[in-house]
Amino acid sequence: MSKGVLVDMTKCFGCGACTVACKLWNEKKYDEVNKPTLGEAAQLVDINWTVVSKHDVTDQGGHAAWRFAKKQCLHCVDPACASSCLVGALRKTPEGPVVYHPDLCVGCRYCMVACPFNIPKYEWDKSFPKVSKCQMCFTRVVAGEQPACIAVCPNQVMQFGDRDQLVKTAHQRIAANKGLYIDHLFGETEVGGTAWLYLSDQPFDKLGFKTAVPQESLPAYTWQILSKLPAILLGWTAILSGIYFINKRRNAAAEGKLDRTGGPQA
Amino acid sequence: MTINGTRITFRMTPFRLVLIGFSLIFVGIVAYRLVNGLQMTNLTDAWPWGLWIYVDVKLGVALAAGGFTTAGIYYVLGVKKVKSVVKPAILTAWLGYCLVGFGLLMDLGRWYGWWHPIFSWGEHSVMFELYMCVLLYTIVLTCEFAPVLFKGLGLRKVSSFFTRLTAPLVIGGIALSTMHQSSLGSMYVLTLGKLNELWWTMLLPILYYSSAVAVGPAMVTCETALAGRFFRHDWDAPAMTYLAKWSGYVMTFYTVLRVGDLAVRGQLTALFALDTVSLMCLLELVIGCLLPLWFFWSYKLLGREMTQTMIVRNAVLMVLGVALNRGNVVFTGMAKAAGASYFPSVAELFLTFGLISVGILIYLFIVENFDVFPAHDQQAAPGPAQAHG
Repeated sequence: MSKGVLVDMTKCFGCGACTVACKLWNEKKYDEVNKPTLGEAAQLVDINWTVVSKHDVTDQGGHAAWRFAKKQCLHCVDPACASSCLVGALRKTPEGPVVYHPDLCVGCRYCMVACPFNIPKYEWDKSFPKVSKCQMCFTRVVAGEQPACIAVCPNQVMQFGDRDQLVKTAHQRIAANKGLYIDHLFGETEVGGTAWLYLSDQPFDKLGFKTAVPQESLPAYTWQILSKLPAILLGWTAILSGIYFINKRRNAAAEGKLDRTGGPQA
Repeated sequence: MTINGTRITFRMTPFRLVLIGFSLIFVGIVAYRLVNGLQMTNLTDAWPWGLWIYVDVKLGVALAAGGFTTAGIYYVLGVKKVKSVVKPAILTAWLGYCLVGFGLLMDLGRWYGWWHPIFSWGEHSVMFELYMCVLLYTIVLTCEFAPVLFKGLGLRKVSSFFTRLTAPLVIGGIALSTMHQSSLGSMYVLTLGKLNELWWTMLLPILYYSSAVAVGPAMVTCETALAGRFFRHDWDAPAMTYLAKWSGYVMTFYTVLRVGDLAVRGQLTALFALDTVSLMCLLELVIGCLLPLWFFWSYKLLGREMTQTMIVRNAVLMVLGVALNRGNVVFTGMAKAAGASYFPSVAELFLTFGLISVGILIYLFIVENFDVFPAHDQQAAPGPAQAHG
């Protein structure tokens, strides 16, 4: 069963424990001055696989309020990055996580161009850089454990489980708390669905989410074209060969002899 | 050592000295880049692709389309009057693809793994298809040009072996080019939601392919005009007129498809919104499509023969138009999604200049020493700088 995570952003108070757990588990460096993991300037970069960004909003009572959004790779159901990779260095696992294999990667960075959420980052300061993004603690997930960030959360903001089940749970929670949540489960249909799902009391664009994304799988568009190529290749070669032989005979007839030279190079 | 029975010549001129200067800087930058990575570029997470991908790959491949188009016109369609341009076109395409390959290698973060795709297939990736086609087509072009090289070196048997392969090479080359010229467009299909809708369309592969088929002969025309000036060749009017007509008709098809697609997708309002994006798109359409087609069709409908000046001007406009189109897709159309600005670093610029300089130097060396131009008397050929004045 493909795993997923349901994030309830109304419960997050921005402690950042998840970002620390991520760095410890994945052995990423800290650079809170230039690359903060917490607050308004928090951004995903090569060493930050997850961040908690702070947003000033107005709550339902009309008061100024803070909201915190945990960001990381959303692990799409049908990931554009994996379909874009020419060596299969990014792969969607049956367990759910989209995993990166640096030993295959050649560093073309098409995945970064392809990702609808701009998630994959690059180690620009390295001689032989890797693509860098959340792996959803793949080794933990296959061992039956939850990702490190979820395990340390003091307020159970995130719930780990089967994605299909989590979608149902989320809709029940929205239905049961109509006054609290907005009626939108982010990640249910975005780019064909993502493993990470978000509940919120605020519109998602106010929390720094990229909401203007297609609602269907992106690799499907490319596949419409790619799947036709073998037939086009064969058909086109046959047509060209046909034209070639017709013209060759016509020219030979016109010149009164068979043209064996093959062209101007002879 | 002799080539074609005469001693190797390479006339040194101020223009060539400048190119050699750029090439030496290029060698230094390449060495530094191979050791230190991409730190010397201005590439960021917001702009993972920059100048090298645009000029060395996207534009390089499009402008090297002259190889497969002229070879197709001559060998497959059997249009014998373009004979004089076929060998130079195959030479520039071959050099072009070698440079594209090198440029792409420079852009790969983990360049030592460049051979990985041969064994680890990402068959759902347009980039994989592009990689395979470019790799195979570079080999095809090498074989297509091999007769000239081996003949010059006195290996006539090897030369005639490759000559006998011409037909399958040309047909295979066209098939491979069709695949990867269109793939350069298909690549951006995955950026739905990121690439501005003035450029994002499911027709990207057809638009890229047809514009490449139009601009290939146009680029050959520009090169022939330049080479004719440098080496004082006669202007082959029947060949050049044929290529101009070819480009004119194919560019008409492209323009109708491009504008029709914008209209069908309801983008005409955005096209005339007159913001930066719309102005760049209009510039691309005016320079690359409307102006050359206006000249082409006004002469065509009046039944007048195009003059040399007009043929060259049209070719230059189409080359600029395709350069603008590819640039708009890589930069203008992606700027909003990137949310940051990008300008290439000095190292990026000089690597590109150097790569082009190396290409021009190799081209000059080959055309002066091998039989590329049919009626080329090597002894009488003045260097480019003399032609420059």
